[in-house]
Amino acid sequence: MKARVLVMPRSGVLDPQGKAVAQALAGLGFEGVAAARQGKVIELELAETDPAAAEAALAAMCERLLANPVIEDYTIEIA
Amino acid sequence: MKAVVIVFPGSNCDRDARVALEAATGRPAAMVWHGDPDLPPADLVVLPGGFSYGDYLRPGAMASRSPVMQAVIRAARRGVRVLGICNGFQVLTECGLLPGALLRNAGLRFVCRPVTLRVETADSAFTGGYRPGDALRMPVAHHDGNYFADAGTLERLAGEDRIAFRYLDNPNGSAGDIAGILNGDRNVLGMMPHPERAADALLGGTDGRALFESLAA
Repeated sequence: MKARVLVMPRSGVLDPQGKAVAQALAGLGFEGVAAARQGKVIELELAETDPAAAEAALAAMCERLLANPVIEDYTIEIA
Repeated sequence: MKAVVIVFPGSNCDRDARVALEAATGRPAAMVWHGDPDLPPADLVVLPGGFSYGDYLRPGAMASRSPVMQAVIRAARRGVRVLGICNGFQVLTECGLLPGALLRNAGLRFVCRPVTLRVETADSAFTGGYRPGDALRMPVAHHDGNYFADAGTLERLAGEDRIAFRYLDNPNGSAGDIAGILNGDRNVLGMMPHPERAADALLGGTDGRALFESLAA
């Protein structure tokens, strides 16, 4: 089973990289980019075949390693 | 005092820390590899600066889950002193021994230059050799030193006198100009500036030396 974890800076946490990306887009002439946020995507291949069990395992992986809950939120997508 | 320096793949200030410790204590410091599940008997554990595991995922994230860190966490809870410098500070927040997190520098640039710190508290084994208000010069060299914590945590750190150092010339956007913090039991210190690089006149300054001497006393 394939899964995808999206990790994003929490709202309220300064995201200087996202800000720089938005500024660079404006510099290239792309108008109307009000904001950009930069996160990361982690793709995993799991041996688990039960979606509920996979989701529980992925949540534990996010809590313990993939995301830092002090500064990041995560979203789990199971294919 | 028996000191141990942890060596992660990608640590690059481990030997500087060892030299500073040995100068202060007059005794050899043990170097312990990240894969070791146990620590030798120690009064002080130093998590050195560097780019452990290439800063993969987040700075300090991989190192904080390494086998030796489980032993370091147990030692810290027993009261053993733990000093995290730069990447070591990032490891301490990632493993939960210190609150908050270190974000990418607000200016987005790697900052490598001397900064001035103000000593905020002398009430710890690390800072007992200074007086509150002392201004210290020591280098920073980091890309992710922008200290972040929620408002409640920042208030608690200040209220409990756990802010060890603040920048006088904040180089990275840190909340409250915070350069170093203590844990609640005051036996764990994390700081972004490098006292081990300011512990010998040949390296351009000795303001960091009192930190190691205070630990050795």
